[in-house]
Amino acid sequence: MPGQTLYDKLFDSHVVRSEDDGSSLIYIDRHLVHEVTSPQAFEGLKIAGRQPWRRQSMVAMPDHNTPTTPGFTTITDPVSRVQVETLDANAREHALTYFRIGDMRRGIVHVVGPEQGATLPGMTVVCGDSHTSTHGAFAALAFGIGTSEVEHVMATQCLPQKKSKSMLVRCDGRLPTGVTAKDLVLAIIGKIGTAGGTGYAIEFGGEAVRSLSMEGRMTICNMAIEAGARAGMIAYDEVTEAYVKGRNFAPKEDTWDAAVKYWRTLKSDDDAAFDHTVVLNANELIPHVTWGTSPEMVLPVDGRVPDPDKERDSTKRESIARALQYMGLTPNTPLDQIKIDKVFIGSCTNSRIEDLRAAASVVKGRRRADNVKLAMVVPGSGLVKEQAEREGLDKIFVAAGFEWREPGCSMCLAMNDDRLEPGERCASTSNRNFEGRQGAGGRTHLVSPAMAAAAGIAGHFVDVRTMN
Amino acid sequence: MEKFVVHTGLVAPLDRANVDTDAIIPKQFLKSIKRTGYGPNCFDEWRYLDVGQPGMDNSKRPLNSQFVLNEPRFQGATILLARQNFGCGSSREHAPWALLQNGFRVVIAPSFGDIFYNNSLNNGLVVIRLDDAKMDRLFADCAAFPGFKLTVDLEKQTVAATDASYVFPFEIAAGKRERIVNGWDDISLTLKHSEQIRAFEAKHHAARPWLQ
Ligand code: SF4
Repeated sequence: MPGQTLYDKLFDSHVVRSEDDGSSLIYIDRHLVHEVTSPQAFEGLKIAGRQPWRRQSMVAMPDHNTPTTPGFTTITDPVSRVQVETLDANAREHALTYFRIGDMRRGIVHVVGPEQGATLPGMTVVCGDSHTSTHGAFAALAFGIGTSEVEHVMATQCLPQKKSKSMLVRCDGRLPTGVTAKDLVLAIIGKIGTAGGTGYAIEFGGEAVRSLSMEGRMTICNMAIEAGARAGMIAYDEVTEAYVKGRNFAPKEDTWDAAVKYWRTLKSDDDAAFDHTVVLNANELIPHVTWGTSPEMVLPVDGRVPDPDKERDSTKRESIARALQYMGLTPNTPLDQIKIDKVFIGSCTNSRIEDLRAAASVVKGRRRADNVKLAMVVPGSGLVKEQAEREGLDKIFVAAGFEWREPGCSMCLAMNDDRLEPGERCASTSNRNFEGRQGAGGRTHLVSPAMAAAAGIAGHFVDVRTMN
Repeated sequence: MEKFVVHTGLVAPLDRANVDTDAIIPKQFLKSIKRTGYGPNCFDEWRYLDVGQPGMDNSKRPLNSQFVLNEPRFQGATILLARQNFGCGSSREHAPWALLQNGFRVVIAPSFGDIFYNNSLNNGLVVIRLDDAKMDRLFADCAAFPGFKLTVDLEKQTVAATDASYVFPFEIAAGKRERIVNGWDDISLTLKHSEQIRAFEAKHHAARPWLQ
C-alpha cells in the first residue's frame, strides 16, 4: 500500500463518519468569519433556533467593506455600514472573538488568521471566502465555503465533503533574485490553467517552495483557487514552526512540544501516490504579468500581448479576442510598453510585511511616474501596518508619491470606495483580473509587489530586475 | 430548499468559457444582508448598458440588446447552457441565489468552479456536467429550434430532448441528489449525528489538547 499524501492525512484525521455514497462528514477546527458571507448564515441560525456548536472555533472581523482612508471613523456607504454593523451585532450576540474597526488586530481575514496563530498546522480551516486556500501554507486543510455551508459549520462544526483527487505541483530549483512567489504561482496557473486544478487538492512542493518564507508560501496557496483547486497546501517544516511559535492562539508551553511532534508528521510520505503531478523549473523563471481577464492569461514580462489570429482553437481564439477588447490592448504589443493609470499594492495575496518591504525597496528614493494617477499601499492588517511603520516603510512610500492606507480588502474587489474608473489600467498585486473586479470597466494586470512598485515608478510595466 | 424531481423548461445559451461569479452577480450587490432580491442583477454588467448599483429600479434601466439572455426568445428560460469552468471565482452563494431568483433551475456545462458547484446543489440549483460533444449538440439545437426545451430528471439522472430523440445520463453524488429530490435541510440531517460528532470532538481534542 502506498504512503499517504499530506492531503490524505489532513482529511482522514477529520472524518467523523463516512457515508455510503463516498462522501464524509468532516470536523472543522477553525471557522473564520467576515461581513459579506455571514449575515444570511447568522440569520438562518436564528430562524431555526440554533446556537453555534463551538463558538471558540470562530474568529470574526470585517474586511471587505471597510474604508482604507487614513483615520476614518465611519463608513459613509449606508449599505456597507449595515453589513458591518450586522457582523458587530452577531459577534456580540454570540460572544465571538471579534476584531472590530479600530482594533489593531483587524485586517483581511486571511492575513489575520495566520498572524494571530488562529491558523495552525493540522487544522481544518474554513471561511466563506474562496481565498481560504491561503491557510494551507501551514500544512492545514483550508478551503472556501458558501453561506449555506457557513451556517452548516456554525450549527454542526462539520461539513459533508467528498474527498478530492490529489495533485502535486513540484517546483524544482530556486527562484532567481527579483522573482517572487507571486511570479511562481502565476507561472503555475499559466501552465495548468484556471480549471487545471478543478476537483483536486494541490500540494505545492519542491526546492523552490521549500525555500520560501511563510509569506511567500501563503501567496502561493492563496492562488490555488485561481488554478481551480479549492485547497492548496504545503508541508510542515522549520519555517512553519518558527512562524507559528509565540503567536496569540498558538499552543503555549505546556502543549507546544506535543503539538510540534504531531505537526512534524504533516508531510506527504516519500512513497505517497498523487493522482497527478506537474513539474516546473523555477531556475529560469522571470517576473510575470497578466494581460487578460483570467489569471491564466499571463506571460513573462519580456513577452508580447498574444495575437488571437495565431490561435487555432476557436474557443480560445474568441476568448483572447474578447479579453483584448476588454483590456484595450493591441496584439503583439510588448508587455513592458503597456502604460498604467493606477497601482494597487495589497490584498490577501500580497499585503504582508515581506510584500511591503519588497515594494518599498523598489520605490525608495524614486518618484511615482506622472501618468500614474494613484498608487496605493494597503497593509493586510493593523499589525502589518504597525510593523511597516516601525521600519519606516510608510515614509518611503509617501516620499515616492504612494498613498499609505488603513488595512482591508480595498481595491482587490472594490466593495469600498477604492476602485478603478472605467478604462483605467492598474498594476495590482491582488489575485483576480476578472472583468469589473476592481471597478466596472477597470483593467487589471496581476503582478508581484516589486513589479507593481516598479510599474508605479516607470509608468508602465518593466522588469523590476533592470531597475538597478 | 425547493424540491426538484423532474423539470421541463425553456433553454437559454451562454456560449462563453470561464464565466466567473463576479459576472454572475457583481460585487456591489453583495452588500445586502438578505437572501433574496438578486434576480434582476444576475449578469448585471452584461445585461444592462449602465452600471448597476444596489437600490436602483432595474425595470427602468437600459437593456443591452446584444446580450443573448435579453433576446425575446429566451425570456422565461429555466435551463442555462454554459461552457467550461462556469462559476469559477469567489465563494459567494449570491451567485446561485441570483441564478435561481432569475428563474434558472438548472445549469448544464462541461465543468464548474468547485465551490460554485457545491453552493448550487446546497441551494437546489441543479448543476449538471456533460462533455463537450454533448454540450455542442445542445448549443446547436438551442440555436436551431426556437422554443427549444429540455427535460431534466434528477432521479433518473438524465437530460433529455422533449421528443426523447436523445437522453444524456449525468453523474451527481447520491447524497446530494437525495437531499434535493426530497427538499431536505442539510443541517438537520447532519444534526442527526450529533452524538457521533460529540464523540469525535472529544477524542480529537484529547489527542490535540492545544486545539481546546
Ligand atoms: S483581499 Fe481580495 S481576495 Fe482577499 S479576501 Fe479580500 S476581497 Fe477576497
